[in-house]
Amino acid sequence: MLKKLILTALAPALFLLGASQLGGDEFDQADLDRWQEQFMQVVQEGRDLWTDGTLGSNGVSCAQCHPNAANTHPETYPKFQKQLGRVVDLWEMFNWCLRNPLEGEELAADDDKMIALLAYAHYERRGVELEPGKH
Amino acid sequence: MTQSNRRKFIQRAASLAAVGTLPLTYVRLGRSEQSAEFSFAFLSDSHIQHIRGNEFVRNWDRGLVRAVAETNLLDPRPDFVIYGGDLAQLGTRPELDHGAELLSALKCDIYPILGEHDYYLDLGEYWSDLFKRPHYYSFDHKGVHFVLLNSILTYDEWTFGRWPTAEQRMNEMAGLDNPNGSPFMVGDAQREWLKKDLAGVDKSTPIVVISHSPLQKIYKGWNFWTDDAEQMQAILAPFDKVTVLYGHVHQIQYNQIGNISFTSAMATAWPWPYPGSYAHAEHYLPVLTVPMNRADPFFERDATGWQFVDVHTGRAAVHYNLYDNAVRTVAWNESTGQPEDTVFQAPAARIPPQQHY
Repeated sequence: MLKKLILTALAPALFLLGASQLGGDEFDQADLDRWQEQFMQVVQEGRDLWTDGTLGSNGVSCAQCHPNAANTHPETYPKFQKQLGRVVDLWEMFNWCLRNPLEGEELAADDDKMIALLAYAHYERRGVELEPGKH
Repeated sequence: MTQSNRRKFIQRAASLAAVGTLPLTYVRLGRSEQSAEFSFAFLSDSHIQHIRGNEFVRNWDRGLVRAVAETNLLDPRPDFVIYGGDLAQLGTRPELDHGAELLSALKCDIYPILGEHDYYLDLGEYWSDLFKRPHYYSFDHKGVHFVLLNSILTYDEWTFGRWPTAEQRMNEMAGLDNPNGSPFMVGDAQREWLKKDLAGVDKSTPIVVISHSPLQKIYKGWNFWTDDAEQMQAILAPFDKVTVLYGHVHQIQYNQIGNISFTSAMATAWPWPYPGSYAHAEHYLPVLTVPMNRADPFFERDATGWQFVDVHTGRAAVHYNLYDNAVRTVAWNESTGQPEDTVFQAPAARIPPQQHY
């Protein structure tokens, strides 16, 4: 009886909540296309940076050693990086490359350029099974 | 070379013949006539890269400097050095001049070929002036016929009709994974020249062909590829013993197709991933190839190096002098009739760092 009363009392609230969730969750193909387009735009920015000799200081680009972002293995991060002696994420390895072969400055993990580089490397590795920690 | 790698190199060298105890002494395998036995060094892909003024990318410079210094220390001295192309990164005079200056420290003759990074700015004009060599040529040495090719040509429309400037043409070809690039080829004129060049050569004479691209079709996306590879293989097919040594791929590859043995060179500059590590590549890495150990990016000379080539019984044995990576030897195996890694060929002998995924 008590249960029924509570449900009755809550019903309008639940309805409103449900409706608002329904509204928030509802999206159509045009939305999907737009979101994908937003993502692919950042992937393209990442590709442009990947091949850009001005990202570092010496004209060397990421693509010189990593064509199509090969041998970056985003699907294996975070993983124990023996050279650093701890578990790291991929952006830390990108910063290693920025400092050393590119003789440039590090990027913050949430820097737009870092996000774009990560988006590009992940996109080139799409479809590969996640294997965090793998060597 | 690390202390332990140097020891391994010397041990392996000494194990081939139980003489020669001096550091960095390499002992050649015997050939029936001693006069016909010889060795040469094979350096490739230094990608000397100009920054500005008199500044060049330090990392790539050091790779070539080290290879030259170690080549000069070899005893017995190699008869000559072959340079497999891509001395420069963007084919400019400062890059070619600086590369030639570093190579000039070699204490023996050098036979260079063109790579695409040397060629597509001025189509090899300055390179030819500098080295006093034509774009393709041949010579004989101690009973072996050497053919040196320009295998990085492409369609005339791409070379002459597509790009507004020579600089853009060079830049477009310089990006390994650039979809605006174009497949490498030897081309009709050079294949005709080769047929004539080989017409006077006895079929039992060992042939060593030097090309920048593989003369095989391995992965088109990165130009690990020569478009007229089949025609080239057909020209070489009538000869008993043919060895093709090539650069461009910055990694260990080897293969046997009919009578032709193929062996690649390490770069002195940086290593490249195997095509299989790009998830979307349709590739044909020779199944015979045992991949080199995965490179450690924290040691900039790891998985780079140079090659010391013995020519004995008309077959080449290639010693990959790698720095922070296991030294490798790929030699002709008489019983199987193909080049094989002398340590890691059997599946059970392979080690986890050779798994590239």
